[in-house]
Amino acid sequence: MNMTIWIVLGILVLVILYLWSLYNGLVGLKTAIEEAWSQIDVQLKRRADLIPNLIETVKGYAKHEKTVFTDVTKARTAMMSAKTPDKMAEADNMLTSALKSLFAVAEAYPALKANDGFIQLQKELSDTEDKVAYSRQYYNSTVMDYNVRIRVFPNTLIAKQMGFSEKEFFGATDEERKGVKVNFN
Amino acid sequence: MSINSQIQSNKTKTYVIMTFFVVFVVLAGYVLGQALGYGNSWMFIAVFFSVISSFVSYYWGDKLVLAMSRARPADRKRDFDFFTVAENLAIAAGLPKPKLYVIDDTAMNAFATGRDPEHAIVCATTGILSRLERRELEGVIAHELSHIKNFDTRLMAVVAILVGTVAFLADMFMRSLWWGGHRDRDNNRGLGQIMLIVGIVLAIITPILATLIQLAISRRREFLADASSAHLTRYPEGLARALEKLGQDKEVLEAATNATAHLYITNPFKGKQFAAWFSGLFDTHPPIAERIKMLRSM
Repeated sequence: MNMTIWIVLGILVLVILYLWSLYNGLVGLKTAIEEAWSQIDVQLKRRADLIPNLIETVKGYAKHEKTVFTDVTKARTAMMSAKTPDKMAEADNMLTSALKSLFAVAEAYPALKANDGFIQLQKELSDTEDKVAYSRQYYNSTVMDYNVRIRVFPNTLIAKQMGFSEKEFFGATDEERKGVKVNFN
Repeated sequence: MSINSQIQSNKTKTYVIMTFFVVFVVLAGYVLGQALGYGNSWMFIAVFFSVISSFVSYYWGDKLVLAMSRARPADRKRDFDFFTVAENLAIAAGLPKPKLYVIDDTAMNAFATGRDPEHAIVCATTGILSRLERRELEGVIAHELSHIKNFDTRLMAVVAILVGTVAFLADMFMRSLWWGGHRDRDNNRGLGQIMLIVGIVLAIITPILATLIQLAISRRREFLADASSAHLTRYPEGLARALEKLGQDKEVLEAATNATAHLYITNPFKGKQFAAWFSGLFDTHPPIAERIKMLRSM
C-alpha cells in the first residue's frame, strides 16, 4: 500500500516538473523571438537614418537627377510609416530598388565616386544591408528553435493548450525572388 | 556531413572524451594514493590547488593574454572591416558584441578569449586583416565567435583543472618517494611493492596522457568552431579559403607563447614542431588540410 502511494507521488512530481520546464522553456524561446524581431527593426531604422545624408551628398554633384531622389525619399517615408510586417517588407523592397537606381546614377559622376564622404556612405549602407540580413537570419534561427520545441512529441500534445502556436519564418517575398531591375535611363 | 550533424557530432565527442578524462583522473588519483598508502585525501588536495590556479587564469586570463600580446583596441575608422564584420556576426549569433583588439604583426592570426559572452574579446593581427577579403575574414571571425558561443574557454579551463590535478598528483607521488615519506603496510608487503612500481610508471605516464587528452579535446573543439562558423555565415567556402591562405603563410607570430598558442586560429608556431608520426597528437589544432576538406564537404 505504502509503495504504491510513493510511486504515484513520484510520477506526479515528474509530470509537474516536465510541464513547468516546458512552459518556462517556451516562454524563454518566445521572448527571444520578440527580441530578434525588434533587432531587425533597429537595423532597418539605422538604414533609414543613413539615407538623408546620402541624398545630400549625391545632390551636391548631380542636382538635376530629380527622379532618383524623389523615389528614394518616397520609399524612405513609406518605410518609416509601415506598421505591419507586410507593409514593412513592401517598403523595404521599394527602398532597396530605389537605392540601387541611385547608385547606378552615381556611376556617371566620377567626381562623386571619388568623394571620400560618398565612399564611406556606400560602405556604411552596404554594411547596414548585411546587418539587416544577419538580424533576419538570427530571427529565423530563434523561430526554428521555438517551432521545433512545439512540434516534438510529447510537447506537441500540450503546447497549444498552454497557448503557444507556431511562428512564421521571415522569408523572401515574391518581389525579392524576382530580382531587382536597375534603370540606367 | 551537414553543418548541423557536424556540430552535434563534435559536441557528443566532447562529452565522451570529458567523461573518459574524469574517470581517468579519478582512477589515477586512487591508484597513486593506494600505492603510497595514503588513501584518498591526495585527490582532494590536488584538486584544490588545481582549481585555485585555474580560477586565477580563468578570471584574469584575458587581460594577461592581451598584455602579453601587446594588443591595442580596434578603431572603427582604421579597422572598419574587422569592426563591422564582428558587429554583424555578433548579431547573427545573438551574442553581445565582443571587445575588439588588434596586434601589429604581419603574421596572419586571430584569437578569441573570455570566460563568457559578456566578457568576450576577439583579437586579430594586422597581417590577417590586410591579407583576407571580407568574406574570408567573416569566416575567421565567425570561428572565433563560435569559440565564445560554445563556451570553449570555460571547457578548456575545466580540462586544465583536470590536467593540473593529474600533474600535481604525479609530482607529489614522486617527491614523497624521493623523501621516503610513505608507509609500508606490513601485511601487504608483496602487493605493496607491486603497487609502488605501478605507481611510479603511472606517475610518469599520466601527465603525458592527460596532456594528450587535453590536446585531443582542443582539436575537437576546433572542428566544432569551424562547423559553427559555417552555420553562422552560411558560407563555409569563406573560412576554407581563409584557411588556405593561412596555411601558406610561413611566418611565425612573435607575440605568441606556449601558454596562448591554443587560442589562435592556427598554430602560431609553424614549422617548429618535431617531425614524427605521432607529432600530430601534440597539435592544439587539427591539420589545415583536414579542416578545409571538412568545410568543403558541407
